[in-house]
Amino acid sequence: MISKDDVRYVAHLSRIHLQDNEVDHLAKDLEKILGYIEKLKEPDITNIKPTSHVLPLKNVFREDIVRPSLKQEAVMKVAVSHHNGSFKVPQVIE
Amino acid sequence: MNLNELTAHELRDLIKAQKTNTTDIRDSLLDKIKRADSKVKAYVRTFDTPKDFKEIDTAAGIPISIKDNICIKDQETTCGSKILKGFKSPYDATVVKKLKQSGVSFIGATNMDEFAFGSSTENSCYGPTHNPWNLDCVPGGSSGGSAAAVAAHEAIWALGSDTGGSIRQPASFCGIVGLKPTYGRVSRFGLIAFASSLDQIGPLAKDVTDSAILLNIIAGHDENDSTCAEVKVPDYTKSLVKDVKGLKIGIPKECFIDGLDPEVKTAVMEAIETLKEQGAIFKKVSLPHAQYAVATYYIVATAEASSNLARFDGVQYGFRTHPEQSRRTPLIDMYEETRDKGFGSEAKRRIMLGTYSLSSGYYDAYYLRGQKVRTLIKNDLDKIFEECHAIITPTSPTTAFKIGEKVEDPLAMYLSDIYTIPANLAGVPAISIPCGFAKNGLPIGLQITTKPFDEETLFRIAYTYEQSTDWHKQKPKL
Repeated sequence: MISKDDVRYVAHLSRIHLQDNEVDHLAKDLEKILGYIEKLKEPDITNIKPTSHVLPLKNVFREDIVRPSLKQEAVMKVAVSHHNGSFKVPQVIE
Repeated sequence: MNLNELTAHELRDLIKAQKTNTTDIRDSLLDKIKRADSKVKAYVRTFDTPKDFKEIDTAAGIPISIKDNICIKDQETTCGSKILKGFKSPYDATVVKKLKQSGVSFIGATNMDEFAFGSSTENSCYGPTHNPWNLDCVPGGSSGGSAAAVAAHEAIWALGSDTGGSIRQPASFCGIVGLKPTYGRVSRFGLIAFASSLDQIGPLAKDVTDSAILLNIIAGHDENDSTCAEVKVPDYTKSLVKDVKGLKIGIPKECFIDGLDPEVKTAVMEAIETLKEQGAIFKKVSLPHAQYAVATYYIVATAEASSNLARFDGVQYGFRTHPEQSRRTPLIDMYEETRDKGFGSEAKRRIMLGTYSLSSGYYDAYYLRGQKVRTLIKNDLDKIFEECHAIITPTSPTTAFKIGEKVEDPLAMYLSDIYTIPANLAGVPAISIPCGFAKNGLPIGLQITTKPFDEETLFRIAYTYEQSTDWHKQKPKL
């Protein structure tokens, strides 16, 4: 059962502000989708390893050498607000 | 002769014979876009010829259209989302770089479901794209703009991305060829990430030959994507032979589900007969865990998406807004308001679902369990490939549905990807090719799947079928 408080809590974890009507809608939608996902309780997963990734790859390393990369100005051009080569954000500490 | 209606390989031959040039092809496409796109709405923007563009008389040389989630340097790339409006990428995606090196120019960016979240291209901040075969229907999704552009001859060929079927299902709905390569075959660098363990870029084209030519260009190792495999790229055009004699093809008994449209079933059965006549050997196989694929996908994909989309926070990219009245702290207020106003409803739903399944207390029950069931699904496919060269299923259980039909029911929408999702979960390549039309005039797609890095067999079977039929030559009346 997904309560409206659950939805508000997950929305905060997701850093999304929701309108009251969105909370109602999402509670119903998530309830329905998670109800369907209950199916995953059926198959036997004893001793089954999780797959996070399908390729047989592990620790792809490269030499630690300096290579050309994007210029700082090019990245800052995309930002909403910047100052002295840094991203500028609203006040963090009160 | 309308240049825009030809395939890339036909145009390439004309360029070689000096009967046309890239400028004429571009003009013909832009003219078609001008006439048809007010109805189809496949494009979110078109580009001028880039200043640094050099006309190279190579195998490629043909303009392409790109899904709006693949970055082109100094062009806007928005993922169909308000949160990225105004974002101009400071770099080229690796696929874009490879295309530029081959002399390919870019016509425009195509519409998509926001962040590729959807199966209908209705979840775009630009509004829906329409199916060229019936403008009241969806083109499929999320690469619906790319598929509709190719089907409407507003594009010669296009790139899309496929996380759970987002290239193959729209290709099926629009009557064209759509390929999801093996995970790791094509670099994802510069593709705005949805679910990093599932995403793969691939071609949408008018025929199998163009798909092979395009894969030749975009495939291969890239040091900017550590998951891009160091596996040699063969010349895929060498696989374009009309010969399937002795190839063993599996038909999973689970694919004939209740929701399968009888006309789709008939078309697929007839396609199987055609391949039998060409010498393929069919075998009944089983995918016992396929019934869990959709549920597994919506755990794994949304968990990865919720993490990938954390970067859209009003700091690094284009869009930022603040609430009128403070609720928490100035910074948190900005994050929460930017993400509320920047994301559409399906994006919020998926971020929420993913965050929920990763949150403390639910991780084992949902995310970890989902990853384990993913292993079972992958094992099913591995087992079949021990005795079969390929698997055949429908691409989608139905033909294109009406715009608006499934918008209010996310679960019904998710289930339209029931046949395409297993290939992403297992990382194997799969292609959708046209295999007929329903009585209502809408195209039907056939899906062929092979083992990892065996796109050659995929192309061979697809080409043999295509050359035995003329479905791919049908054109929508627009």
